[in-house]
Amino acid sequence: MRIRNHRDLWAGVMFFVFGAGFALGSLNYQVGSAARMGPGYFPLLLGIILALLGLAIFAGAFATSNEELQISKVGWWEIGLILGAVALFALVLPQLGIIVAITLLIVVAAFASHEFRLRDTIISIIVLLVMSYLVFVKGLELQFPLWPKFISN
Amino acid sequence: MDALLSNLALGLSTAVTLDNITFCFIGVLLGTLIGVLPGIGPLATIAMLLPATYKMTDPTTALIMLAGIYYGAQYGGSTTAILVNLPGETSSVVTTLDGYQMARKGRAGPALAISAIGSFFAGTVATFLIAAFAPPLSEIAFKFGPAEYFALMVLGMIAAVVLAHGSFLKALAMVVLGLLLGMIGTDVNSGVARFSFDVPELTDGIEFVVVAMGMFGFGEIIANLEQKEHREVFTSKVGRLLPSMQEFKASVLPIFRGTAIGSMLGILPGGGSVLGSFSSYAIEKKLSKHPEQFGKGAIEGVAGPESANNAGAQTSFIPMLTLGIPTTPVMALMVAAMMIHNIQPGPQVMTSNPPLFWGLITSMWVGNLLLVILNLPLIGLWIKLLTVPYRVLYPAILLFCVIGAYSINNNVFDVFMTLPFAVLGYLFKKLDCEPAPLLLGFVLGELMEEYLRRAMTISRGDWSVFITRPLSATMLGIALVLVVIVFMPAIAKKRKEAFAEEEG
Repeated sequence: MRIRNHRDLWAGVMFFVFGAGFALGSLNYQVGSAARMGPGYFPLLLGIILALLGLAIFAGAFATSNEELQISKVGWWEIGLILGAVALFALVLPQLGIIVAITLLIVVAAFASHEFRLRDTIISIIVLLVMSYLVFVKGLELQFPLWPKFISN
Repeated sequence: MDALLSNLALGLSTAVTLDNITFCFIGVLLGTLIGVLPGIGPLATIAMLLPATYKMTDPTTALIMLAGIYYGAQYGGSTTAILVNLPGETSSVVTTLDGYQMARKGRAGPALAISAIGSFFAGTVATFLIAAFAPPLSEIAFKFGPAEYFALMVLGMIAAVVLAHGSFLKALAMVVLGLLLGMIGTDVNSGVARFSFDVPELTDGIEFVVVAMGMFGFGEIIANLEQKEHREVFTSKVGRLLPSMQEFKASVLPIFRGTAIGSMLGILPGGGSVLGSFSSYAIEKKLSKHPEQFGKGAIEGVAGPESANNAGAQTSFIPMLTLGIPTTPVMALMVAAMMIHNIQPGPQVMTSNPPLFWGLITSMWVGNLLLVILNLPLIGLWIKLLTVPYRVLYPAILLFCVIGAYSINNNVFDVFMTLPFAVLGYLFKKLDCEPAPLLLGFVLGELMEEYLRRAMTISRGDWSVFITRPLSATMLGIALVLVVIVFMPAIAKKRKEAFAEEEG
């Protein structure tokens, strides 16, 4: 027994964990019977199906007919910066307003590119700020604070 | 026929008043402009623009404008699907398969033009169909009991799974995971908040837009940034804008077939326009003399699904207008808009307010005409988007996504919620799991449970109800045949070869 397809192996594990998790979680709710389904019935059914599919995919990773595949390298730097930029945006928006939030989002996100250029980033920030102001604030009248609270108050 | 013509005449006289045609145009224009932004689909666009119609005094004008926004956003969404591989909604997921490949090969212009032409043709036919068959067609939907709805959804999902790249089992698992994610939130029957972990915002369930943006938008950006060496550059090979005669000829039949299948499936509740575009793609691939081209930029793979998509979007108005039942999230918003103007949607609208009913229907055709007039000249502009270097483009995409997520509920919670889905989307990519089937499951999850529950309550817990009712048995039978076909050794081998080629 040798692992041939590492992607299938871990996909199987992932589906099994999700399936088992949902199945166990649905036991917290009333399951009922087929004729009188409780809120736990359908999720329990689906969870079991998913867990079984996960096992089948896991087993398939050892099959000799499966192709040899490794998992490609994980780009932690890119993930961290992009998700960090989004989280930062959501974090500062309510207090510091949309202008600060957009600026931070673009600056942090821009670092994720291996071809980062300061001049492009500054131009991007200006263009996107003006456009966001016109489209989202003036045009669509979306509801968010424009400036930081300590300035606008 | 006389009645039909006089109805259409009444509708036309309502739809082409200066006010209505102006607002129809504004709707189409705004819809396209916002819909073209990556990660913002028709639903988010309409939700964003809905408040703008509150102030209008004439409900007909308001609905005509909203319908215009819908087509505009739908077309804009297809544009984004083709140019940046970002579907704004499930029904344009299929468009990314070949549309984006065409764009990569410098054929973005023909892809967009065929999409516009196909959509216009489908829209014209579907409008006429609605007018002719709205009353009798509603009876098809009447024949559907819960068992049929459930069977239809199973069929739709299996069809989607068969279409997905790579392993059948993985795609099936993705659908089931999508269904489970759709369970999160308050159960309509018991009022119990499921899998919400006591987070108040989760009791309303997770927004489709959040899942789509996280998995497609952010996941895609991260994966693109990771590939340092060979990043895609479109600049040098934009190519011509209009389709060649050969491409046009290749598209004619797919447009006809897509229109027919999209119109039929669009009437059926539960993701009608989604089923239409998926089925059309499957059919075109099946009928094609060169199926190995599909997924690598076959124009038939754009023409068929895009026509089906638009025809389905149009005919999905039928159950809403005749029965008052919204069958898609977009139709739910239309119902909300009608209620705000004190119109109770349902069969009585046709008789109590004929100018509104027929005006809305004819405005669909006017809207589609405006759409094609507006967009054919703009194709060049959309393609220019491609020449913007990626390092400038992705922060902008990121910005539109976060603002789109925020605008759903004017709450940063939805922005935070995109993060786990971005991680999931990235994980799926690493593990060769196609995310499109998950989205379909996610949208249908709640409906599917509801119909299963109703069917089983009626049959008193007897599962055989799904095979004793002929319509339901037929649909499940087709689903089973599809599964068997996938597992037949000869086809499984061929399928594997086809997908292996795509990856190479």
